[in-house]
This record gives sequence, C-alpha cells and structure tokens, in this order.
Amino acid sequence: MGASSPQRRIGEVLLKLEGISLAFGGVKALDDVSFDVRKHEIRAIIGPNGAGKSSLLNVINGVYHPGQGAVTYKGVTRRQMRPHEAASQGIARTFQNIALFKGMTVLDNIMAGRTLKMHAGFLFQAVYFGKARSEELEHRQKVEHIIDFLQIEHIRKTPVGRLAYGLQKRVELARALAAEPELLLLDEPMAGMNVEEKEDMCRFILDVNDEFGTTIVLIEHDMGVVMDLSDRVVVLDYGRKIGDGSPDEVRGNQAVIDAYLGVRH
Amino acid sequence: MFYREAGQFKTSYGADQAVFPILQDQIFIGLWLALGFVLVPLVSTEYLLKAILIPFLILALAALGLNLLVGYCGQLSLGTGGFMAVGAYAAYNLCVRIPWLNPVVAFLLAGGVATLVGIAFGIPSLRIKGYYLAVATLAAQFFLDWVFSRVAWFTNNTPSGSITAPPVTLFELTFDTPVKKYLLCLSILVLFAAVAKNLVRGRIGRAWMATRDMDVAAEIIGIRPMYAKLSAFAVSSFFIGVAGGLWAFVHLGSWEPLAFDVNRSFSILFMVIIGGLGSILGSFLGAAFITVLPLLLNQLPQWLGVSISTAMISHLEAMIFGCLIVFFLIVEPLGLARLWRIGKEKLRLWPFPY
Amino acid sequence: MGFFLEVVLGGLMAGVLYSLVALGFVLIFKASGVFNFAQGAMVLFAALTLVRLMEFLSQTFSPFLIALVLTIAVMVALAWVIERLVLRPLVNQPGISLFMATLGISYVLDGFGQAVWGSDVYALDVGIPKRPLMLFESLVPGGVLVSSEDLVAALIAGLLVAVLGLFFQKTRIGRALRAVADDHQAAQSVGIPLNYIWVIVWAVAGLVALVAGIVWGSKLGVQFSLGLVALKALPVLILGGFESIVGAVVGGLIIGVGEKLSEVYLGPHVGGGIENWFAYVLALLFLLIRPEGLFGERHIDRV
Repeated sequence: MGASSPQRRIGEVLLKLEGISLAFGGVKALDDVSFDVRKHEIRAIIGPNGAGKSSLLNVINGVYHPGQGAVTYKGVTRRQMRPHEAASQGIARTFQNIALFKGMTVLDNIMAGRTLKMHAGFLFQAVYFGKARSEELEHRQKVEHIIDFLQIEHIRKTPVGRLAYGLQKRVELARALAAEPELLLLDEPMAGMNVEEKEDMCRFILDVNDEFGTTIVLIEHDMGVVMDLSDRVVVLDYGRKIGDGSPDEVRGNQAVIDAYLGVRH
Repeated sequence: MFYREAGQFKTSYGADQAVFPILQDQIFIGLWLALGFVLVPLVSTEYLLKAILIPFLILALAALGLNLLVGYCGQLSLGTGGFMAVGAYAAYNLCVRIPWLNPVVAFLLAGGVATLVGIAFGIPSLRIKGYYLAVATLAAQFFLDWVFSRVAWFTNNTPSGSITAPPVTLFELTFDTPVKKYLLCLSILVLFAAVAKNLVRGRIGRAWMATRDMDVAAEIIGIRPMYAKLSAFAVSSFFIGVAGGLWAFVHLGSWEPLAFDVNRSFSILFMVIIGGLGSILGSFLGAAFITVLPLLLNQLPQWLGVSISTAMISHLEAMIFGCLIVFFLIVEPLGLARLWRIGKEKLRLWPFPY
Repeated sequence: MGFFLEVVLGGLMAGVLYSLVALGFVLIFKASGVFNFAQGAMVLFAALTLVRLMEFLSQTFSPFLIALVLTIAVMVALAWVIERLVLRPLVNQPGISLFMATLGISYVLDGFGQAVWGSDVYALDVGIPKRPLMLFESLVPGGVLVSSEDLVAALIAGLLVAVLGLFFQKTRIGRALRAVADDHQAAQSVGIPLNYIWVIVWAVAGLVALVAGIVWGSKLGVQFSLGLVALKALPVLILGGFESIVGAVVGGLIIGVGEKLSEVYLGPHVGGGIENWFAYVLALLFLLIRPEGLFGERHIDRV
C-alpha cells in the first residue's frame, strides 16, 4: 500500500464540527463531538462498531440534523442542511451499504452524479437538440475520464445490480467523484474486499487526493489502511470523541487501545 | 450471426448515445415505420383499423405516459382513466366553446390542462410513497368521475350526459376516414415516443430513475426527488391527457364519463406491468397484448366449438388478466420488453447454439 | 336534533362495516407488510360462497352452519393457495410488486367467484334481526331510529377488534407476526416459519372477510358492488394508520359518519353522489397533514 505523498499541501480548515450531539429517541448516537478537517488532507474516523461514525458522516452530509452543535463548512455555519444543499456545496459521499441505483447502468449512475452540473432546459431535452445534446456529450467526456481512472470501462453498460460487490463499490466512488467534490466522505470503502481490491482502492483514494486535491474523510476499520493513508485520525467510542491527532499519536493513546480491546470504562 | 455488432465501432460518444446504435436496429426500425405508415393503411380492413389498430395506438400513448410515471419514476398511479377524462372533456370544451380553435391544437392544450390537474393532485403526493400515492390517485379518479358526471358545465349542459365530439381537422384536412384517423394517431404516437425516449436518456430520465431506485441517495447527489416526481407527474399527465382527447374524439366519437372509469385505469396499468415497467417498447407491447387479448378470447369459443356466454367470457378475461399480472410479476417483472431483449440476445448467436 | 342523531348513528353503523373490511387489511399488513388490494374481493368471494352454498344445502337440517364450515374451509384453502403461488415466489420483493400482485389476485377472485357462483344479486339471511329499534326515547324527543342489524354488526366488530388486538399483543404467534411484518428475511433467519405464518394470517384475514361479508351481505344483499364498497376501506386505513387495529375502527367510524353527514347536508346542493368520493378526498387531506394516520407509526429511513 502506498505511502502518502509529502508534496501535498494541507490547507486551512474546510470543515469544522463543534459540540455535535445527536439522539434517536433515547439512544445517543453522538455526544458532544468536535473536530476539524483541513483542505486537501485525508482524515480517518475510526472506532468500534456502533460508535456513531456513519451518523457523523450523515450529519456532515445533511441527512441527519444534530440536536445540538453546529457544522461550519467553507466558513458558513449551519445546523440544518438538506442533503441536496450539501451536494451543491461540493460534498459527495459513498455508503456502507452501497447506495447505487440498481435499475440503471454504470454509465447512467455516474452520469447521475453530474446532475448538478447540467442545466439544459426541459424542452431542449425533449428534443435532444442544441444545448441538451452538447451538454450530454460534454459530461459524458468527463465521466469517461473517471471511468478510465477507476478502470471500469469494461462494465460501463452493465446494470449495476449485476455487478460484484467490489465493482459496485468502485462505481459508487466514481459517482461521487463525478460531482467533482471538494469534500469526499467515504463510509467503509474497503469493507468486504480482499487484499488486492483493497490495494486498488487505496491507490484510487490516494490518486484522487493527489490529482484532484479532494479533501477526504473516511471511515475505515482496517488499521493498516488507516495508518498508511491518513494525515490525521479521529477516534469515536459510544458517540464520544476519545482521540484526535496523527496516526502515531492515536495509536499510542491508551483510551483508544482500551476501546478496541474492550476494556470496561 | 446476422444480428451482430461485430465491425461496428463507434468513434464518438455521440454515435454511442444514439437511440439505435446497431445498424441492424436502424434497419429494423426503418422497416417498422415503413410498415406502419405505408403498408398497413393499404392492406388493412376498416374493421382492423377501427377495432384494433386505432385503439391500440391511443392506448399505447396512454400506457407510454403511465410508464414514465410508474416504470421510470416509480410512482404508482391508479387514476389514469380520470386524467384521460380530463383531456377528453378539456378538448371537448375547448372545441365547443372556442369554435375557431383547431382540434389538434385543442388536444395539445387539453394535454396541458391534464398536466395542471396532474400537478395539482401530484403536489400532495410528494411526501407520500407507495400505497399512499395509489390511494391518492384513486381519490383523483373517483372525484373526477363525479365531477364530469354531475357538473353540467363540462358536458355543455347536455341533459343525457353523453356528448359527441366535433370532427377533427388540421390544415383543411378532415380526419374522417379510418385510414386518416389511423395515420393521425400513428404520427402523434411516434412523435410522443421520440420525446419520451429523449427525456428518458437525459438528465430528467436519470433523475426519475434515481428517485425510483433510492430517493435518499438521489437527494444526496443533488437530485431533488420532489421535482423529479412532479415532473414525472406533469409529463405523464400530458401524454395521458392527449391520449384521452384522442380516445374521445377519434376512437369513440361520443362518450360518457363511464368510458374513463377505474377499470380503464387498471387496464392501462396492466399494459404497463405486462409490457414492462421502465421500457418504452414495453408500453407498446403491453398495449398490443391487452388490446388483442379480449378479441382473441371472444373468438375462442368458436374455435373450440363450445358456447360460452359473454358474461362468462368477461369473467374469464378478468381471471386471465389477474393471473398474467401475478405471472409477470413473479417470472419476469420487466415484462414482455425483457423477454424481447432476451430474444434479441439469442438472436445474436443464432444460428449457433452458444 | 333527532334527525341529526339518526344520521350520525347511521353513519357510525356504516363506519363499523367499513372497519370490518379494513380490519382484514390491517391484519395482513401488520403481519406480512403486504397491502392486500384483494381484501374487498375476498369479502365478496366469501359472501358469494356462503350464500350459494346455503342455497344448495337448503334441504339439509342447518344450511347456514354447514355452509359456514365449508366456506371457512374454502377461505383457508384460498389462503394456502395465495401463499404458495403468489407470496412465496415474491418474498422480499419491494412492496409495490406485492401490491400489484394483490391487484392481480383481486381480478382473479372476482372473475373466478362470478364464474363459479354467478353474478346475480343474492339475498343473505343468516338470522340477524332486522327490526328497527327506537332508542334514546328518554333523552331525545321522538327517539332515535336504529336498525338492530347495525347494532349486531357493531357488536361483532367490537368483539373482533378485542380478540385481534389481544392476539397481536399477548401471544407468541402475534409477536412472530409483527416480526415478519418488519423484515421478512430477518424473521426467517431467526427461525420463524414464514410460509406457515402467512397461511395463518391470510386465513384469518379471510375469516374476517367472511364476517364482513356476512354482515354487509345481510344488509345489502350479496352482489358485485360489495367488492367496490370494500375499496372504501383504503381511505379508512389512511385515516387510521395501516398497522393499527384501533385505527381501522376509528377511521371507519369517522369516514362513515363524515360520508353520511356530507351526503345528507351537502348533497342536495351539488346534485348528490358525494358518497362516491368523500372518503377518498378526506384521506387525501389527511395525507397532507398526517400521512401516517391517526394511530400509525412514523417511518424512518436509515441510510
């Protein structure tokens, strides 16, 4: 697995979470979580199952609205944001349980990711003429670039429902990339993959960060991946933040070790 | 062996995006169009045109509209009959009250009226899914049934409730013979099918399908499920409204509200299910199937040499429809269209076995 | 005042009849997550079977009893057939597919029932008293005229509700049914015998349909329109919530009363016929305000 490139310039704070608390009925998913994410960095979120990691991504994305706390993105603070607003702000994500459109082909799924960039009016689309047609072709170019990048040319016309799990994950990544996001949220992108697939995925993630400068927040269980890929790590347990820093710092943190070993606290 | 893509390379994305990229398909479609526009009118009997082909064309248009809503956007509607009625009565009122208005233009305007009504019933549907939407559309169906039978204004105060449509003309041409009516319906259907295909393969179509497959994920990539559903409702209602106008003016001639009741809604829904959800070809196949089946069933007793009462035939028809619906849902949810596609796949290998 | 009360009571009674049909829906939805569009057709089919069997057996010592037993057997057999041929192959398909399958079933039942039993109107007499009763004579001048048939219907419905409510909450099978409604695959994986459960549920729903059929059929005569009236149960479910037995009752009552009142007081101004759509439009309005119904549960989508 590749090491992170030292050339990458990590910029100022892009995303900041302050005091985020989220509860479902009586269950506290997140409890006073605060951390920030800087531009161009790769930030990992780790923690035992049920620690609230996916919920955290959902809060960033606007799918869940925190009961308390605020999210500041690109300098604008808000507590409530609808998912499509997040999308138009340049946030894209993938899901733990693949959220692809099973009835559509790979190409259509990825083209769907470019929706926000397409503006041709209804009537032009009805006739497939002029602006609609040229737009369609222009975005097809961009999408093919991504398909090349992720090496999925051979399946571009296949309905997504028929693909193997690993390939589906790649298509989901492609769809997220199609939006040319500034912030990419990846929820367990390597789950269920074998070593080869993991290496491929790691390479893709690094390349995305290198080539497009995308800031990445990823949830991951594989410690080796986390240590190699990420610049900084946040550790969650039972909805609370118990560690925050570089991979080495976090690795030596007693609280983190206890959480993973299941020491009662 | 003959139906192969070998040797046909696309050198541009534009060529790849074409509706019929394979040469054999292009020839095929050309043949069909020639058949439809030239051969059929020459050889068909009046009965064939009036009893089978014209109703088929109009119902195919309605099925196409409904398929856009149900098959592509995943929104179940049981109110198709009601929206056809809106188109029919709107066209009628436009023609009767604005005598100088060309009937074909009236059809398009009637489609627009149906669109507005569709949006009006569609807006409450934005928050609700699945069965709730079905019930809402049933509400529309029953309410519209009642409106057109009780509110005298819509029938121009005709006491019997049954109204007759004025003849359809366009540029000095009156569509009075079956052949002319057939060609009118065919032209409209081909035009609308082209529009539907364009919508479906573009941004709007993808938004519909994304909303159907997983609307939460759709919202996350920036698609607004609300707008997608509304646009699907709007376009679908337009198609269905125009079909309603055609059904009343070109096929029936004179009609009463019962022509557009809930059974009509179910029948068109069956066309969409059996033909194939989310397929334009499927809408045609389903419409053909459901138009032809009752006629076959009516002939069946003669062929078998037994006598069955008409009431019994209609019972048998209901049973067969029901069984077919269940059959297709279990065996091939993508309907006849998928069977067609599988057939084409086999055709690529023919005459070789594998 | 007396007249108003009569209308209201008449509406309540009609509402009880709607509730009876809606109960069957709720049962199936609660236990299998399927919205059974064919419930109305089942009511008609059950009633038809009973009334025709009674005719054929009219020479025996107790036509009603024998016919009843036979009809129950038929409804159980129907449940078995539906489970085997429709539900099992479609397990884990999206709800819409199952809904459309029940649409198909309703067509088959309608066609089959009428093909076998005929499509005339049949009078059903199972001994429910039909005398009109004069109630509340002390409270309201002139008293209020109530049909004892309707009263009996209300009692039967109340009894059914109580029994079914207890069944779902207290028994082991009831719990298993609720698990199945939640997630078919999960229920299977903890060993709940899905197929067996479904046959039971649909059979019970069939019996509820039979009861509804008896009550409706006594009142209106057994005829094809019975199936259409049952369509009105859909708005009842919207009002009451799809999974609530209490909701089916309350929703039915509201719709029954609302319909009667609007027909009597608003009807003359608009040429009548409001009963055809009042229930649906009310449901539509409800969908705007409270889509899950009065007693239903909010649906949270987990991503």
